[in-house]
Amino acid sequence: MSEPILEIKDLAVTVDERPILHNVNLTVNKGETHVLFGPNGSGKTTLLMTIMGAPKYVITGGKIIFKGQDITYMPIDVRARLGIGMSMQRPPVVRGVKTRDMITACARGRESDAELEEIVKSSNLSELVERDINYGFSGGEIKRSELAQLLAQQPDLVLLDEPESGVDLVNISLIGHLINKLLQKRQHIRERERSGLIITHTGHILEYVDARTGYVLLGGAIICEGDPHEILKTIVKKGYEECRKCVM
Amino acid sequence: MRDVNTEKVLKEKARTAANKQARFGEDINLDKYEHVAEALPYKEDLATIPAEAKAQMLQTGVTVDDASKRSGTIIQMDHSVIHSVTKQSDIEIMSTIKALEKYDWLHDYYWKAVSVDADKYTAHVELNPGNGYFIRALPGSKTTFPVQACLYIGKKNLAQSVHNIIIAEEGSELHIITGCTASPSEEDAMHLGISEFYIKKGAKISFTMIHNWSPHVAVRPRTGVVIEDNGVYLSNYVIMKPVKSLQTNPIARCVGKNTVSRFNSVVVAPPGSSLDLGSQVILDGAGSRTEIISRTITTGGNIIARGYIEGNAIDVKGHLECRGLILKGEGSIHAIPELRGNLAGIDLSHEAAVGKIAEEEVEYLMMRGLTRDEATATIVRGFLRVDIEGLPPELSQQIRDTIESAEKDMM
Repeated sequence: MSEPILEIKDLAVTVDERPILHNVNLTVNKGETHVLFGPNGSGKTTLLMTIMGAPKYVITGGKIIFKGQDITYMPIDVRARLGIGMSMQRPPVVRGVKTRDMITACARGRESDAELEEIVKSSNLSELVERDINYGFSGGEIKRSELAQLLAQQPDLVLLDEPESGVDLVNISLIGHLINKLLQKRQHIRERERSGLIITHTGHILEYVDARTGYVLLGGAIICEGDPHEILKTIVKKGYEECRKCVM
Repeated sequence: MRDVNTEKVLKEKARTAANKQARFGEDINLDKYEHVAEALPYKEDLATIPAEAKAQMLQTGVTVDDASKRSGTIIQMDHSVIHSVTKQSDIEIMSTIKALEKYDWLHDYYWKAVSVDADKYTAHVELNPGNGYFIRALPGSKTTFPVQACLYIGKKNLAQSVHNIIIAEEGSELHIITGCTASPSEEDAMHLGISEFYIKKGAKISFTMIHNWSPHVAVRPRTGVVIEDNGVYLSNYVIMKPVKSLQTNPIARCVGKNTVSRFNSVVVAPPGSSLDLGSQVILDGAGSRTEIISRTITTGGNIIARGYIEGNAIDVKGHLECRGLILKGEGSIHAIPELRGNLAGIDLSHEAAVGKIAEEEVEYLMMRGLTRDEATATIVRGFLRVDIEGLPPELSQQIRDTIESAEKDMM
C-alpha cells in the first residue's frame, strides 16, 4: 500500500470568525489524484487554502499532516518549500513583477534556463512572459501561467482550484496536458512522486485528467467519497440535492 | 559676448526676485551658505580624482575610471569644470561659461526655457554664476553611447550654483546621464541647478538624472524644456538616497506638432528626507503626446508627488500616473495629479494610488516558496520598475543597478 502524503484529521476552519469547515477527514496517498466536488460556498477553496497555509483561514481544530510532518501551524512559505504548491482560481495581479520572473522565482535555482524556457513554451506563455503577472490575463492565460509556475516549483502535492474555470475548449486540452505532466500521469502510479487534489465545479477536467477518488463537500463537511466519475454522473443527473439526501 | 543691455535686464530681474519665495517647497535661507568656491585645477586624467568623490559619482552612474561606454564626459566640482571631453566631433561638450564666450547665439537660449525671476533660486544662479555644462548635438548626429555629466559638491557649506544648456539640433539624438552628488560629509550644502533643454525639429533627448545627496544637502533644480515639431524628450529621474530637502517641478513646453515627452520618476524617501517633486507638460502642439509616471516609496520621509498636464491643441494626448507605497515608518506621500484641458478634441487622463503592499500579493509569492522578505523585495522591485522605451541598454541597466543597490536600505 502506498504511503500517505497528505492526512487531514478532524479539520475545522473559520474565516473572519465564521466557521466554514467542520470535521474534515481526508487522506491522499503518494501518486494519487483526488477530486473535490461541491456547490459554490461549500468550502472547497477554504480547504485548499487551509492546506496551503493562507493566514486568513484559521484552523480551530484538527491536524494537517504532510509527508508525516505536522504542518497545521506552519507558515505558507515553509509549506511551499516542503513541497506543497497551489494554482489559485483568481490569483492577484502583481504590477511590475513579470511572469518570467515569477516562473524563475518558483524554480529557486532548480531548473536551468533552457528547462524554464521549455516550461514557458509548453505552457504557450511565450507572448506573456514579459507582461506583469496576471495583468490583463484571460481565464485560460491565468490557468496556464499558474500551471507553468507549478511546473517550475515541482511540488509533491499539487492543489488546483478549478483549473478549468474560464478556460475555452481549445485551451482546456492544453490545461489537461499540463496537469498530467505536473502529476506525472505518464508514469505508473507506483513510480509517481506527485499527488494532486483538484477542485472541480463542472467536472470537465475529468475528461482530461484521471482521478482515483472523489469527494463531495457540502456545508463545510465531506459527505461522500467514492469513484469520481460516478459521483459526477450523479451530480449531473440529480444535482447536489441527491448528495444531501445521502447524509440525511 | 552677452549684449550689455540684455545682461543688465537679466540682472535687474534677478535682483527683483532675490527674495521671491518659490511656489512649492520649504523656503531655504540662502544666506547661511557660502557662494564662492576656490577655482579647482583642470584634470586631464580622471584617475586623479579623489577616491571618495569617485565612489560617490559611481553611485550616480558616472564612471570616471572607465569611460569607454560614454560618448563624452563633463565633470564639475563645486564651481569648476575640472574635466570635459567629447569622443564625437558632432557632439559638443564644454562649460557653460566657455560656451557663452564661444557662441554669441547661445544668449538666445540663455534663460529662455526657465525664467530668471521665477523665484529666489533662479535669481541666485544669475546673480552668483557658478558655471554648469553645455551639451549640443549637431544636426543629424547621434550619440553612440550616452554622454555623462557630473555635478559634485566638495566644499563644505557651499551653495553650488549651476546653469546648464542642452541643445539637440534638428534630427539629432542625444542621450545623457547626469549624476548629482556631494561629498559624504556631515556638513550642510546646497545645489541650485538651472537646466534648459532645446529639442529642435525631429530631434530626441533622453536625460537620465540620478541624485545621490546626503541628509544635509538642500536641492532646488529648475528645469525647462522646449520641444519643436516631432521632437522627443525622455526624462528619467532616480533618487534613492537621503536628502535634506528637495523641490523641483520641471516644465516641458511642447510647442511643435507631434512631440513626445515622458517623465519617469523613481523616488525613495528615507527618514528625514523631504521631497516635493513634480513634472509639468504644456501640450501646445497639435498631435503631441505625453506621459508622466512617478513611483514613490517612503520608508519614513515625506513626499509630495505632483503632476500637471495642460492640453491646448487638437489631438493631444496625456496620461499621468502617480503611485506611492508606504513601506514603513511614519512618512507620508501626497499625490497631486492635475489635468487641464482648454479645448475640445484632447485626451487627458490620470490615475493615482497611495497605499501599502497588498498582503494578498505577498502571500501569493510566499505560496511559491519565497520568504516574506524575498516576496516583499520582489514586489518593491517590481513597483519601482518603470519600463522605459528608447533608452540605450547602458542607461536602462544603470537605472536597474541603482534601484537594486538601494534595496537593502529600504527593507
